[in-house]
Formats: sequence, C-alpha cells, structure tokens
Amino acid sequence: MTTLLHNRDLLPVVAPIAIGAIILGGWQVTCTVLAVPDYLFPAPSSIWHALCGNWPTLFHALLGTLKVTLMAFAIAVITGTLIALLFAQSRLIEISLLPYAIMLQVTPIVAIAPLIIIMIDDTFISLVLCAAAVAIFPIISNTTIGLKAVDPGLLAYFRMARASRWQQLVRLRIPSAVPFFLAGLRIASGLSLIGAVVAEFVAGTGGHSSGLAYEILQAGFQLDMPRMFAALALITFAGVAMALAMAGLSRLALTWHGTGGDDQ
Amino acid sequence: MTAPVPLDEVPLDAVPLDAVPLDGAPLDPPPPVELLSVEKRFANGVLGLEPTTLRVKPGEFITIIGPSGCGKSTLLKLASGLAEPSDGRVWWWRGPFARVGEKTRRLAFVFQDPTLMPWASVAANVRLPLDIGHVDPTEADDRVAAVLAELGLSDRATQRPRQLSGGMRMRTSIARALVTDPDLLLMDEPFGALDELSRNRLDERLLQLSAERGLTTMFVTHSIYEAAFLSTRVIVMAANPGRIYAEHTIDAPHPRGEAFRLSPAFADHARELTRLLTAASLDTRGNQP
Ligand SMILES: Nc1ncnc2c1ncn2[C@@H]1O[C@H](COP(=O)(O)OP(=O)(O)OP(=O)(O)O)[C@@H](O)[C@H]1O
Ligand SMILES: [Mg+2]
Repeated sequence: MTTLLHNRDLLPVVAPIAIGAIILGGWQVTCTVLAVPDYLFPAPSSIWHALCGNWPTLFHALLGTLKVTLMAFAIAVITGTLIALLFAQSRLIEISLLPYAIMLQVTPIVAIAPLIIIMIDDTFISLVLCAAAVAIFPIISNTTIGLKAVDPGLLAYFRMARASRWQQLVRLRIPSAVPFFLAGLRIASGLSLIGAVVAEFVAGTGGHSSGLAYEILQAGFQLDMPRMFAALALITFAGVAMALAMAGLSRLALTWHGTGGDDQ
Repeated sequence: MTAPVPLDEVPLDAVPLDAVPLDGAPLDPPPPVELLSVEKRFANGVLGLEPTTLRVKPGEFITIIGPSGCGKSTLLKLASGLAEPSDGRVWWWRGPFARVGEKTRRLAFVFQDPTLMPWASVAANVRLPLDIGHVDPTEADDRVAAVLAELGLSDRATQRPRQLSGGMRMRTSIARALVTDPDLLLMDEPFGALDELSRNRLDERLLQLSAERGLTTMFVTHSIYEAAFLSTRVIVMAANPGRIYAEHTIDAPHPRGEAFRLSPAFADHARELTRLLTAASLDTRGNQP
C-alpha cells in the first residue's frame, strides 16, 4: 500500500476508483439492508439492470446528446476563435461588441432556449445553437486575453524588426494565445455538454424528443427511477470522457508549444 | 574643417539648428547613429536623460557604463528607435528612422534578457528577422546555419529555448541579431547573467565578429573590465538626472585577446574607468523637477 501511495502515475487513477468503489458498495449495502424501494432511491444494481435493459434506447439517446454536444463545441470553438481574432484587430471592435458577448453569457440558456426552439423548426439545429451559445464565451474571452498577453520584450522585438500587423498576429499573438485558448477549450467542452442537456430538457418539455435529457424526463413521468439514474450516469460518463479528451489534447499541445510537458 | 549637415534628408523644422553640432564630423561614411540634444522625460515627469549629444562613428565600439538607474538602457532605447525622445532628435546614417533597415543601414538590438519565442526552436528563433523581412527561404536556411555554427549552436538548432542554458539562450539572441547582417549593433548588458569565463569568451568572439563584419556597436555593461577590453570609447554616465559624465578612449589595437587582458595598458584603462565611475556615482545633483 505504501508503494502504491508513492506511485505518482498510478495514484491519481487508483485512489478515485477506490473511493468510487467504497461509495457504490456502501450505497448498495444501505439500499439492500434498509430495503429502500427502487422508486424512492434505486440501488446501483437496479441502475445497472435498467442500463442493460434499456441499452438500445439509452445508447441511441447518448449518441443524440453527444452529436449535439460535439457539433455545438465545434461551432463554439470556430466562431469563438474568429470573434476573438476580430477583437484583437481593433480596440474599437472589441469595446463595441464585448458587451453583447457578455449579455449572451449572462442570459440563462433556459430562458433563451424556448425562443430558439420555437423559431427554428429543426430540433437538432436549435439544440446545437443553444449549446453553442453557452460554450462560446470562454473561448472568446480566453482567446482574446491570450492574444493580448504577449511578452512585452518580444512585442518590442517584433516592432523593431518592423513586423507587419499580420506577422505579429501569426508569429507572435496566436502562438502566445495557445495556452489560454486550450484552457478555454476545456471549459467550453464541459459547457457544451451542459448546454446540450439543458436545451434537450427545454425541447423535451415542449414535446420534441431528443437525447438523454428526454430519457430522464420520460423516466420521471413514469417514476422509473433506475432508468433515470442510468441516463444520468451516461451524461456523467460523457462529461468525464470529454474532460479527459481535452486534458490529453492540451497536454499534447502544450508539450509541442514548449510551455508544458515534463522536461521543464 | 567643418562639414555641413546634409539638410536634404531632414526637414529643416524638425530640429533646431543650434541643436546640430557642426564639429566637422565626416559625412562619408555617415555616422550610424547621432543623438542631438536628445532628452527623455518619462510620462511621470522623471527626467531619464538630460539633453545629450552623442555621435557614434562607423566602426566604433562604444561601451556605456554607469551606476544602476543612470539611464544606460534609456540611452540605448533612444538609439534603437524603441523609445521616442521627448526633445531633440536622433538620426541614423543622417536619416530618419523610417529608412533604417535598408541595405547598409541595418540595426539590430540585443535585449538584456534573451526574449526568445518559447514555442519555436533555436533555428526558428534565429530565423525570425529573416522571415519578417521576407528573405528567400533557402538563403535564410543557409544564413541561419552559418550564424549558428559561428556561435557554436549548430547541435542545438532543433531544441527549444527552455532546453538551453542561460548562456546558450543569450547566444541564440545574439545569433538572431547577427543573422540580419547588421551595420549597427546595440546590446544592453547581453552577458550580465553569465559566468566570467563564458563572458570573456563571448567578448572575444564579439570583437572578432565586429572586426570581420565592420560592425558599429553600442554596448551597455556593468563590468569595467568588459568595457576596457571591448571598447574603442567608453561613455561614463551619472544619475539624477541621467547624463553623460565622462568619456574615455581606449586606443589599444585590435585584434585584442588574452594578451591585452594581461597587459599593463589594460590595467591602466581599468583603473581610470574605476576612477571615473566612482566619481560619476558620487556626482548626483538630486532629482530635478
Ligand atoms: N518608463 C519609465 N517611466 C518612468 N521612469 C522610468 C521609465 N523607465 C526608466 N525610468 C527611470 O529612468 C531611470 C533610468 O532608467 P534606465 O533603465 O535607463 O537605467 P539603467 O542605467 O539602464 O539601469 P540598470 O543598470 O539598472 O539597468 C531610472 O531612474 C528609472 O527609474
Ligand atoms: Mg538597464
């Protein structure tokens, strides 16, 4: 055990798994011993059965949610980066448009989602738009900050070497912004999943069936708690998978960038 | 013999005529940089440099020494166009800064710290000024390879700055300056962070390079010995307000090497510089408004 506690590579994996196992075990035992009915609080075993029993539907719903999430994420990243590049071009553009970006950020998506869903016929497109609206802000703000957070010495060098604005942007500002952009990417990946699920809830209450949120709603109507938990577990799983993928991506990118990695 | 200043290159009203010293500096070749009654007052009202006139002749190796905060960096930034004078005028080859960068009018600046791009390899960092200047890529490759070899960095070409030692980073920064084949090289304490031996080695290399390439150099240092070894002329500055306190010419012939460092002449120059520097650091007029 002591050797495991000192293993810096394995510990971050093994320790959380151990905690999870203890919690699941305790949960299972408590539910069994106290004979808690499934419709009040299902035991892990019932959730597992619900997951296996409803797998085709749930898997289809998971794919739907992931499709919305990834599409929204891609749109948020591309549009957000373009907007940040636009902001970096002129102070006037930035101060004129930034308040609207902030308005977009502070308005709760649940409040705008019904509007978007009513206005746009295609459910998929409206869901993607809602989720992208949630995810775009960290990309815009982080990338904008990164494009400005340039080493003043290097900036002086570029000016003295008579670099054009374009050369400054491509050779100095964009590379400097990479770590900031990656941090924005990680936040945005989580937010696009949240946005997708929230939008699905709103759409689901309006009768447009789609994704895991709709499954949760349906299970709620039918008081099918194990199935509800199973759908919830799938959402969590999708979120963790996205977070891990982003962490891996930013590690790779930072190693390439020369500002991260182990050989500091 | 007093030569007239060629006025065709400079708008007449840009500089008061009495600010132009007509002391017979030869026009051909023109001085790489001239500070004419140049004053620097910062935004907060501090007088960083009182009106100063300094003419740097082609091929000179000028070293600037002085107590900390006396305005050495300020003077160098004015000479590099990185800072604007609040009064007076700076000329490069008897022309405005807009013409710097043309053939035989190239200027390079080495900052006190290496200021390299952490995301780019050593070779890419050195290549940067050529890329900015749209030099033909194959020619750029050749020039980068040559200057890296010159500075002993060939085997580090693909590494990132963080994988280098401090001295190697500084050499990369110097390579980035030399690759442009500058005519005027401005260096602000480039070897400040290096050990004595590396510094001596780089000093000798720098002298060789300036001789081979016919460089004109302005060099800021805290080391009296470095100043005595490198310079043809040493400018001693004093603080509060920043100003030129004294000048000392070092007439020892080039090339200079270890033999010069051990010679009595070197010791004499070093002693004289110490005397001037001590006097300069005692001579403060108090901070004038
Ligand atoms: N941007 C600025 N605003 C106000 N004061 C400044 C500014 N830059 C420099 N100074 C002041 O001008 C004086 C000269 O500064 P400078 O950097 O030229 O000194 P230095 O001789 O290079 O010193 P060191 O040897 O420590 O590098 C200092 O008193 C400094 O505080
Ligand atoms: Mg300085």
